Amino acid sequence: MQTSLIRKIIFDEKSRSLLVQTLVIGLFAVFIYLIVQQTAYNLEKRGISSGFDFLNMSAGYDISIRLIPFTSEDTHLRAYFVGLLNTLLIAICGCFLATILGFLVGIIRLSTNWLFRNIAYVYVEFTRNVPVLLQIILYYSILLHLPKTKQAIPIFENFFLSNRGLFSPSPIFKDGFSIVAWSFVLAIVFTFFLKKSLKKKQEVSGKQYPIFLINSAIIIFTPIFVYYIMGRPLDFELPVLKGFNFKGGMVIKPEFIGMLLGLSIYTAAFISETVRSGIISVSKGQREASQALGLKSNLVMRLIVIPQALRVIIPPLTSQYLNLTKNSSLGIAIGYADLVHGFGGISLNQTGRAIEIMLMVMLTYLTISLTISVFMNIYNKSVQFKGNA
Amino acid sequence: MTSLGIQNISRNKYYNWIIKNLFSSWTNSLITIVALIFLYEIGSFFLNWAVFSADFRVNFNGEAIVDRTYCSKNIMPGEYGACWAIIYARWNQFMYGLYPIEEAWRVNFVYALLPLAIIGILFDKIPFRKYFIYFTFIFPFIAYFMLYGGPGLSVVGTNKWGGLLVTLFLGVTGIGLAFPLSIILALGRRSKMPIIKSLCVVFIEFIRGVPLITLLFTANVMLPLFLPDGVNPDNLLRALVAVTLFQSAYMAEAIRGGLQAIPKGQIEAAQSLGLNYWQTTRKIILPQALKIAIPPIVNTCIGLFKDTSLVLIIGLFDLLGIGRAALADMTWTKLYYEVYVFISLVFFLFCFGMSRYSLYLEKKLKTDNS
Amino acid sequence: MSTEQVIQLDKVNKWYDDFHVLKDIDLIVEKGQKIVICGPSGSGKSTMIRCINRLEAHQNGTIIVHGTELTNDLKNIDIIRKNVGMVFQQFNLFPHLSVIDNISLAPIWVKKMPKGEAEEVAMAYLEKVKIPEQAQKFPGQLSGGQQQRVAIARSLAMNPDIMLFDEPTSALDPEMIKEVLDVMIQLAEEGMTMLVVTHEMGFAKTVADQMIFMDEGRIVEQAKPEDFFNNPKSDRTKLFLSQILNH
Repeated sequence: MQTSLIRKIIFDEKSRSLLVQTLVIGLFAVFIYLIVQQTAYNLEKRGISSGFDFLNMSAGYDISIRLIPFTSEDTHLRAYFVGLLNTLLIAICGCFLATILGFLVGIIRLSTNWLFRNIAYVYVEFTRNVPVLLQIILYYSILLHLPKTKQAIPIFENFFLSNRGLFSPSPIFKDGFSIVAWSFVLAIVFTFFLKKSLKKKQEVSGKQYPIFLINSAIIIFTPIFVYYIMGRPLDFELPVLKGFNFKGGMVIKPEFIGMLLGLSIYTAAFISETVRSGIISVSKGQREASQALGLKSNLVMRLIVIPQALRVIIPPLTSQYLNLTKNSSLGIAIGYADLVHGFGGISLNQTGRAIEIMLMVMLTYLTISLTISVFMNIYNKSVQFKGNA
Repeated sequence: MTSLGIQNISRNKYYNWIIKNLFSSWTNSLITIVALIFLYEIGSFFLNWAVFSADFRVNFNGEAIVDRTYCSKNIMPGEYGACWAIIYARWNQFMYGLYPIEEAWRVNFVYALLPLAIIGILFDKIPFRKYFIYFTFIFPFIAYFMLYGGPGLSVVGTNKWGGLLVTLFLGVTGIGLAFPLSIILALGRRSKMPIIKSLCVVFIEFIRGVPLITLLFTANVMLPLFLPDGVNPDNLLRALVAVTLFQSAYMAEAIRGGLQAIPKGQIEAAQSLGLNYWQTTRKIILPQALKIAIPPIVNTCIGLFKDTSLVLIIGLFDLLGIGRAALADMTWTKLYYEVYVFISLVFFLFCFGMSRYSLYLEKKLKTDNS
Repeated sequence: MSTEQVIQLDKVNKWYDDFHVLKDIDLIVEKGQKIVICGPSGSGKSTMIRCINRLEAHQNGTIIVHGTELTNDLKNIDIIRKNVGMVFQQFNLFPHLSVIDNISLAPIWVKKMPKGEAEEVAMAYLEKVKIPEQAQKFPGQLSGGQQQRVAIARSLAMNPDIMLFDEPTSALDPEMIKEVLDVMIQLAEEGMTMLVVTHEMGFAKTVADQMIFMDEGRIVEQAKPEDFFNNPKSDRTKLFLSQILNH
């Protein structure tokens, strides 16, 4: 009787599965328990206190690259936010630049000109087969070897490139600029509806409107028009060389430029490959079929090739964005004050709260990764085919 | 006559190719010309810097370069290019780190055996493949004994390891250890048991969601906290733990792709013959899934190999770390470009080689299936 | 003459989520019987035979094979699978193994046969399906008909007493159907118990002891072939037969 019960438990599909899972979760729990015990013991022995109270203590260090005010008297929590904003800043700028560069290179890779597409090919192979960290460090050291501020290289008259970074005019917003900004937003919203109504009209009458041109014009000229009506409420403060440094304007630090170059040049190589294979994946048959229907080649690209290629490009593009965001943590190598460098590095050294800080940093990255995935998934769904195809 | 005709045709062929690919239209011709100018400018600048006006071991006076002040470009600024003497001077460090130079033959020995250890995995149609595979399994023990030391060989602590040795050690060992782990994770993720499946999913997605550097930090700072007193892994081992876990998550996803590509009928056929889960997995599913998954696996390996450079941030001296250390040395400081270009080239050779191999496999897979 | 019942299905029901695929299936198969099952696609005929070796689990009712009931019990499933061979529409040969390895795999790993012996067995069955010369080739190098014959040999190598055929000729080019059917007829003549899902009515007329017509998850009609083809009782069977015989 008893043996048959045991036999039943071991050989029954369901109870065996239950047994295995209980065993695994039990082992896992023991493992976690042992680690927690040991860690608590080690922490106590080394006299390291734990908890998140350090977040309210003053950080005691300075962060030179910041989007919100920060002094050494501010708390570690504020240091966290400064770092987070810097991470987001470099990630967003990097993704933006990498996308433009990547699409450009990807399209060049499909050029009919042999020389042109092979230059792009060499670029791709050289940048994606060298560690991004090495590239960041290399570009950064090139930036540091630019002329001193006194001999800064002028670009477009009002920008100056030197080993201290890029000095550029800073905008001064006067009263009424917010109205200009709002007019810009409104113009975008308006064009969105205009596009819809024009499309409907086209469906009814068959007449084609240059929707893109009309909308671009609206988006560009509305704010300019409002800008002049409001009496030009925007000024620029120009950087002026005084002694050994520039006064006025603003400076984009070489750390930021180095990170931006490294991340976007590296990631663009990968993006270009996904763009290239995405466009190739739209079969020749599709293109020929649409040409046979009499569509002009720019229409073929816009109506047939790009919508189908996007479907293929978006999932790998998402993972490139995620990679870029994660790689932005390499700022620590050249002193770009991102989350890992400031909060994860200096705060950690000063407070010794390794567990708490690493946990916060990792969870933050997980949240960012998850958010990007969710948004890209939503966008991806909107471009995918309906049905099983 | 005939030979002339053939010549004509072949000349025509080249001519046609050039017209078709470079000068097919006005815009195309313009692009070609701009590209040629661009190539000439970049190429001549780089070649001039790297080769024609560069120093190798002696400067323009014929003096041996013993420190940076002997570099031609530092004697006559603006006239000369790269000063490669730093690479010669630091060659041993680039290759072995601080490994005692009289023991360096041990590292060379392992370097020499490494190709023999991986050739059996890379190519399936070489003679005596079976014996190469056996060797693959013995190799880690030989390598450990040779590198670390033991009976008959003096012990060289991992704190002395550096340069290419650390880069290759982390890359090869990380990949080797991650491989079995990743198979378990991939199978677990496809398991029907919800608890096992969710454990694997959480692990994989967690690792893939955070940057490697945070894992390296965690391993570096927290591993000693997790472990009992007597056990204190050194820095290299801590990095290895992080690298292995990291790689296993990415590899598991590559393998999962392979698993998904196996038709359900394969499992059903195996089941109907009476094979159990493990037999079906080992004999039917994995051999096919891994074959499909190898190109993406190689791609994750390329990624990992590049990412080993991150260990310099936690104070290990890999290739890039050694390079930075060389630059920090006052006798050689400021020769940034020479060092970084050299290291880039080393990484490029390894990674480009791997990506070519991956392409070769993809092509082979396509022809095998057709 | 006593007959031995080798398969008993009693009130078997199965659902895919909300979809009721098998409805109260009762079926008794005697040793040596050849049963041909036909019916429109989606009628549940494949699902029924796939339940007999538990490639699919039924939700209620009982299935007894050789006196062993099919439940969650993995040992029982193993016993039954060892005695029941199956041939699939898509052959499902293992593409990474040579023909001989395909056949000897299960004898070696399930029956723990020594490799040499298993290969002898494999060769014997390859001769039986008349392609011994293909032993060292890989499935991808064979024609569809040859692949399906290898698949039959692979099943036979486990020495089963029951063979299930799930539309074995549906994926074949017309000129290859005969070579597979010939092997199946030979097998039938040797007294193998067979359940065959097929639309090859010529084959059914030659071989079958019993015809089963299924529709919408039910066994609509079960009869001897001469009755089944000459005066089917149900209208649905008549309609089906008229469609399949006069295309």
